[in-house]
Order: sequence, then structure tokens, then C-alpha cells
Amino acid sequence: MMQSDIRNPLSRRDVLKAAVAGVAVAGGQLHPLSASLAQAGKPQQFKLPPLPYAYDALEPHIDARTMEIHHGKHHAGYTKKLNAAIEGTDLVGKSIEEILSDLDDVPEEIRTAARNNGGGYANHNLFWQVMSPDGGGAPSGALAEAINSVFGSFGDFKVAFSTAAAGLFGSGWAWLVTDRGSLRIETSPNQDSPLMAGNSPILGIDVWEHAYYLNYQNRRPDYIAAFFNVINWAQVSENYAAAA
Amino acid sequence: MAFELPSLPYAEDALEPHIDGRTMGIHHGKHHASYTSNLNGAIEGTDLEGKSIEEILGDLDAVPENIRTAVRNNGGGYANHNLFWQIMGPDGGGEPSGALAEAINSACGSFDGFKSQFSAAAATRFGSGWAWLVAEGGVVSVTSTPNQDTPLMEGKTPILGIDVWEHAYYLNYQNRRPDYIAAFFNVINWAKVGELFDAAG
Repeated sequence: MMQSDIRNPLSRRDVLKAAVAGVAVAGGQLHPLSASLAQAGKPQQFKLPPLPYAYDALEPHIDARTMEIHHGKHHAGYTKKLNAAIEGTDLVGKSIEEILSDLDDVPEEIRTAARNNGGGYANHNLFWQVMSPDGGGAPSGALAEAINSVFGSFGDFKVAFSTAAAGLFGSGWAWLVTDRGSLRIETSPNQDSPLMAGNSPILGIDVWEHAYYLNYQNRRPDYIAAFFNVINWAQVSENYAAAA
Repeated sequence: MAFELPSLPYAEDALEPHIDGRTMGIHHGKHHASYTSNLNGAIEGTDLEGKSIEEILGDLDAVPENIRTAVRNNGGGYANHNLFWQIMGPDGGGEPSGALAEAINSACGSFDGFKSQFSAAAATRFGSGWAWLVAEGGVVSVTSTPNQDTPLMEGKTPILGIDVWEHAYYLNYQNRRPDYIAAFFNVINWAKVGELFDAAG
């Protein structure tokens, strides 16, 4: 929060307008971003990001129909339900990272909805980014060194990550995260995110059945193996550098 | 003696159009079969061999810690699907009768009240799991569990259950879980659910 800039006194009219728009008013003063949003007449909503490639771009590894439903229905559903849950609360205007990393601060009556749908929103935002039609191969640079240092080799990392993804029972995700600068593999149930424990996910694989069932059915390990052909390691490296 | 995958009591395509033949084939022949073989693998050589699945799941604390999660997940999956195939049928649908109907009316106000409550429990179970109608001392109630957990783990007897893992409906319904739940009501074998209610006492 840019606390230094909230000195301009606001008229009562502005404050009322902001309150009507569902924007948080703290101590009678508005965050400048919130104020501009209030003037635009609508509170900030989370938006479904467009896929950074065509639905069929990841074929044959991930089929177009799965991508279309996954993005257009599942991710869109999480986005819509997240917005509905936080509407009229002072969570509006916060980043998804801020919300998820401090769920205790979310009002109890919407905490489960914010957790599930906020998690689903953030997890899929990352998921689309870390895949690409030009993906596959192995990481390079600082990320490659860190992976080798923690897991022994890229091959060892691949085995450990795949085992984690295959072994998560039910719906959830497997992650490569940075925890206070060091790399670690972890899993989370449902739409929980490493952000909830203060860690930064830099790579994630969705192992909800909806991520692979149309093409792979019960063969989750085949989907996991195929995922390695579409990992966008350049983006994962950027995520790693940004998290460090 | 090892647990055995029961055969489906009807053809894989018998529940169409409500549940498609391919889903049934994979659900029974792959998912249920895996839970069965993983359960047997987990308990092999332990004194759980020879116990009933109800005995095992009713007392998970007695299961050695190193295999408890495997037994919980795969034993739950084994028992849950055993029930699931039984309480559906090509001649299903309609409404319960007799003592079960009375218990449902008493718990939920009416059959429609039950239908809404059960459908809501099934639709809102986030992630993978089941919604249940359980019987305890002649009284029924609606509940849900995550993953392959079963009411047996809490000493309750499930008499009706709907699988809301995505594998139960994704090939035919994709993200439209509520449509699958609505369709499920067309295949519920209420005669069987009535028998299970009577047996639960």
C-alpha cells in the first residue's frame, strides 16, 4: 500500500460515492487507486486473463477441448465466484497475493469462498503462464543451478515432481516453490496455494481430474509426463528470479 | 483373503443416457479396480487380512500407521464404490416408499426437501468427494465427505451415496456437476436403499 500519498482530503461526496461503489474507506481517506476506481464508477474486479496461446496450441499433450473448458468454464467460474464473494468488502482492490497470504484477515463468512475461488483464480493464472507450445526441455541459468543443487539433477527433480503430482490423492496441485529463497516441491489439496503459507509458487501442475480426464481418463501419470513437454522454463526462470 | 472387485450388477451402458457406458466402464474397471488392488497391496501380510471392510474403516486407529493413509484412501474407495453400483439401477428413479420414505420426510420435511438438501451437499463438496444419506438409529441425515472418506469412519451407515469426483461425470458432463446430480436421481435404486435402511436398524 502506498501510504505516503493519501494526504489529499476528500470531499464528503467523494467518500459517499466510494462507499456506494464498495470501495474501502480508511480513516475518512481513500487510497488514491481506490479513489480513481470510485470515480470510474465501479469497484475493481478480478479479471479472467486471456490464454496466452490458442486452445489447441498445447496439443497433442493437452487437448484443445480440455483447455477451452478449463479456461472458459473452470477458471472463469473461480473468477466470478471470487468477485461475488468479496463484493462490498474491503478486500476489493487488494491483489490476489495479498488476500491469499493473509486469509485470517478475510471475514469468516467468506473465508472458505475466498480460499477456494481465490486459490483457483491465482493457481490457474500461473498455470497458463508456465506452459507454452514452445515449452519442454530443461531449465537453464540460475534456476537450473538451483534445481541441480537441491535435487541432484534435472532428472531427479523430474522424478520427485512427478511422484508428488501422482501421489496427491483427490483434487489438487503439485508445486515447485521458493521458500525463503530455497527451492522445494510441495503439493496442496483442492485449490489451496503455496501463497497461503507465504511461499512463492514458480511452477505448478493442476492434478484435478478436470485438467486431464477428457484425454487421459484415469492415467494421471501419462498426463504428468506430457506436461513436461509443455513447461515454459523461460517463464519459470522469470518467476524464480522475481521470487528471489 | 483378498478383497475382490465386485462385478457391476448391470451392463456398463445400462444407465444411459444418465450415466454413459464409457464412464461406467472406466469407473468400475479402472478406478474401482485400482482401489481394490491398492487396498490389497496395503494390507498384505498384516492382520487386517480377513477383516471386513466395514471393520477396517470403522476403526482406522487400529490400522498400523505406516499403511493408514493407504487403507483410508483405497479402503474408502473400495467400500464407497461397492455401495455406489448397488444403489443405482436401470429401473431406478422415482421416490422411496415405506419406512425409508417416512424417515426422509421426518428428517427433510418432504422428498423434495431431501432432494434439494442432498443435491446441495453434492454440488458444494469442493474438490473430490461424496455426498451421502446416512442412517443412525432409524434416523437419516444428509452429509458429505472429502476424497474417499466414508461415513463408516464415523460409525455411521451410508445407505445412499453419490460420487462427485470429476471422474464420475467428466466425460459426459464436464464442469456441469449439477446436471450430473440431477441425472443421478433418475437412476437411484430406491428399493435397494430401502433395504439398506432396514438393515441399518
